[in-house]
Amino acid sequence: MKRCKALVDVGRRQFLRGSATSAAGAAAAAFVAQPARRAQAAARVDYPSARLANIADLVVDEPFNIAYPDEGSPGVLLKFGHAVTGGVGPDGDIVGFSTLCPHKGFPLLFSAEDRVFNCPGHYSRFDPEKGGLQIWGQSTQNLPQFVLTVDDAGDIHAQGVDELIYGRLSNVLA
Amino acid sequence: MAFKRQIDRLPIIPADARKQTAVCHFCIVGCGYHAYSWDINKQGGTAPDQNVFGVDLAEQQGAETEAWYSPSMYNIVKQDGRDVHLVIKPDPGCVVNSGLGSVRGARMAELSYSEARSTQQQRLTAPLVWRYGSMMPTSWDDALDLVARVTAAVVEEQGEDGVIVSAFDHGGAGGGYENTWGTGKLYFGAMKVENIRIHNRPAYNSEVHGTRDMGVGELNNCYEDAELADTIMAVGTNALETQTNYFLNHWVPNLRGASLAKKQAELPDEAHSAGRIIIVDPRRTLTVNACEVEAGKDNVLHLAIKSGTDLALFNALFTYIADQDWVDRDFIEASTLRDGASRPPLYPARGVSEATPGHLTSFEAAVEGCRISLEEAAEITGLDPADIVKAAEWIAMPKEGGARRRTMFGYEKGLIWGNDNYRTNGALVNLALATGNVGRPGGGVVRLGGHQEGYVRPNESHVGRPAAYVDQLLIGGRGGVHHIWGCDHYKTTLNAQEFKRVYKRRTDMVKDAMNAVPAGDRDAQVAAIVNAIRQGGLFAVDVDIVPTKIGEACHVVLPAATSGEMNLTSMNGERRMRITERYMDPPGEALPDCLIAARLANHMERVLREAGNDAYADQFQGFDWQTEEDAFIDGYQANAHGGEHVTYARLRAMGTNGFQEPATGVEGDVIQGTKRLYTEGVFSTDDGKARFMDAPWRGLEAPGKVEQQANHRFLINNGRANVVWQSAYLDQANDFVMDRWPYPYIEMHPDDMADLGLGEGDLVEVYNDVGYTQAMALPTATARPGETFMLFAFPTGVQGNVVNAGTNELVIPNYKQTWADIRKLSDAPRAVAHLSFKSREYSTG
Repeated sequence: MKRCKALVDVGRRQFLRGSATSAAGAAAAAFVAQPARRAQAAARVDYPSARLANIADLVVDEPFNIAYPDEGSPGVLLKFGHAVTGGVGPDGDIVGFSTLCPHKGFPLLFSAEDRVFNCPGHYSRFDPEKGGLQIWGQSTQNLPQFVLTVDDAGDIHAQGVDELIYGRLSNVLA
Repeated sequence: MAFKRQIDRLPIIPADARKQTAVCHFCIVGCGYHAYSWDINKQGGTAPDQNVFGVDLAEQQGAETEAWYSPSMYNIVKQDGRDVHLVIKPDPGCVVNSGLGSVRGARMAELSYSEARSTQQQRLTAPLVWRYGSMMPTSWDDALDLVARVTAAVVEEQGEDGVIVSAFDHGGAGGGYENTWGTGKLYFGAMKVENIRIHNRPAYNSEVHGTRDMGVGELNNCYEDAELADTIMAVGTNALETQTNYFLNHWVPNLRGASLAKKQAELPDEAHSAGRIIIVDPRRTLTVNACEVEAGKDNVLHLAIKSGTDLALFNALFTYIADQDWVDRDFIEASTLRDGASRPPLYPARGVSEATPGHLTSFEAAVEGCRISLEEAAEITGLDPADIVKAAEWIAMPKEGGARRRTMFGYEKGLIWGNDNYRTNGALVNLALATGNVGRPGGGVVRLGGHQEGYVRPNESHVGRPAAYVDQLLIGGRGGVHHIWGCDHYKTTLNAQEFKRVYKRRTDMVKDAMNAVPAGDRDAQVAAIVNAIRQGGLFAVDVDIVPTKIGEACHVVLPAATSGEMNLTSMNGERRMRITERYMDPPGEALPDCLIAARLANHMERVLREAGNDAYADQFQGFDWQTEEDAFIDGYQANAHGGEHVTYARLRAMGTNGFQEPATGVEGDVIQGTKRLYTEGVFSTDDGKARFMDAPWRGLEAPGKVEQQANHRFLINNGRANVVWQSAYLDQANDFVMDRWPYPYIEMHPDDMADLGLGEGDLVEVYNDVGYTQAMALPTATARPGETFMLFAFPTGVQGNVVNAGTNELVIPNYKQTWADIRKLSDAPRAVAHLSFKSREYSTG
């Protein structure tokens, strides 16, 4: 993947959204979220349960664009072909992550070569095989991972998120 | 599993939240932040009129938004005794960082003391004394009385030479102008202590005597110069990881070409292009990687020299540039010494005197003294001669149209803690002076810095030069009482293993003596302590914000406040002075260091007067400060250059941008500053002329280095990691950091690991002639075989254990040139099983 030329040109202070190389695209067609609610008194927010894809949709090492908990929060599902941290499915190899860098919200680029998310903003790198651990970078969080389940039909559902998603002060918007 | 906070929402900052100026208290860059606080029982809402941002927070915010903060930027703290919400977030309006927060600074809130959220519960909250075999809380008066009595008794028996002091002299964190003045007035005003050292080196000296002796103060440019330079030459600095937002916000725009418009606007009469960069470092750092990403490999020249050979490289560049006549003749003629004295008799083996290990002279004499051929330099440094020529061209070859090339020279610990500090520093400054790159836009020859600065103290010339090698005094049994301010030599000094061995023995003697008499009998306690000191014991007092490793050996521990728990002023690497306002209470009974020093002085005066020593007691007057602002007025305002123009009120009004020191006046209430030093070509010498340094290469200079290199297989280069601040004194209680690096890593080439039977994450022992320590093997494909890099000053493996005691003539330690052997201790422990060992280099695949 070539680095987004636009980002090089406009410099740090002007971020161009929607680059062609972004792994984080618009919400996938498979996204069918229930209406999000925010419980006023709960210590944690209530998440929608959303069907994101079916296992049959996934190809090893190819990010599958989704959005969760709503269309404004891009992410991907990844299938690795071997069990990984937090992985679900029969092989424990399917994970889902937010693809907004928790440092400054730049869209992360997935590199299949070493199975790493790279941030074109400030060079941060996250390992989706290790629960989104920041390999190196300026984010003060590891990458938010979606809590997934897989039902008998192979449908993949998201049930929650384990860190605050960039750009929102509540993972489920009020 | 990677550490996750499981926080999925944060309280919203209400529109009427209190907003105060804060400057990051970690690295020298000093990024601007704001501290927002509001009552615990209130919070803002998502509607635009309900939050401080005036935007609809029920919508997803875009990249680089001001209207978001991460969980690490949030906490609940005490303010005037009441719980408040606190958000510390980077300020988009600060010219230093333009809203960027690094992985260190953006955790300031989380690294604050919070009883409500149990963060930084390690912080010291009460004075502690050794009592009944352990450290027990006590009152300030009780603790200070004991310190004053023992100190007075030691002075009576040994004179002030018996008082050994280790004290920070930096800005930010617990430092700042207030606290360096407080400790400075105590030890250099009331007393005239000579046996004093600084937080990161074993003597009271400058890290950059070379440049200062040449008349060039080390912080002479401004951050904008990195945007204007044709070429940046970065020596021994890994700026992306250690001056992160200076690099991201000022270097990267130049490398990308994004500062071209600014170049054309400010310097319209010459050709411009995107910046190029030369990086001198034995290691391929992540800075090299990032520069290649931004500028393209053709515009990045990484000179991977053999460790410690910088001086030969600089002299080859100097020789070549002079021979090409790519020098600024007018500048040399007008602003530098024109007739240098002849070489001292024993040069180059010895300098002019013990205090001046170089030979300061004219341009012509320096060129001849430093002369070295490309071939010889290539042999010494391991570089390709063509790359040395290329570097010379990038530094000094006139630009299209004949204009002088603007080159900024930045250096840090690779040079400062490297071989032959004084002359290597001088050789780099030679290049800047010869090419007219001091005091001009796009130029400067500057140290890039570690901490911020905050130095103002009474005259210290009695300390002498070379200054006392304090660690060796302590190891040699000298001194009776050791006052430690914000230093942890157990983690951060050289020759650390031997230091700890002796220090523990000496302080244990005093602990045993204290155990032998009732704690409540003060006279008997003091007598027992003094008697133990006569036998070779040492009484140790530790002032710090957290428990330290050296603190475990101490007899009194005093709790200090840090930045934000007090008003604190500092300046950054472009001399930009700001105030961090007090936005929260210190933990428990902790006090600002300046007030601890004042109260100690008060007790010294009382104890001495009670003993009938009125004359000495009188010297401890003038410490009636009640607030840190009192110390600021007494210190900075009355003593700093331009200090009379600077007040807390004016600094508060000037926010995160402050002004650049020195202050030159006030217009309205706005302090006028100084963007660059030496713009008139008048330098910091008696005659105003800068000096060149005749500084020929003389191999590995510090004692013991040649032998160590010959006898051990691996270079143990060492330094910092992006995610860790300094010695991890706060990070050691931060889950995010300790989850990432449970042990200090040692970068090793995979072939070396295979040869030693090591897998990723295995624990290894690093051992040599002076000590041993442990680290975690980190496979690094870009490492050169035989050359490793170990995280410095980490609590779970102290690199300084294997650094020998050798220093240069002025007692500057040589941490970087360390060689040792490595062997396996154990397979990767469970604590590292969750780690990723993938490359840290950014890649677009």
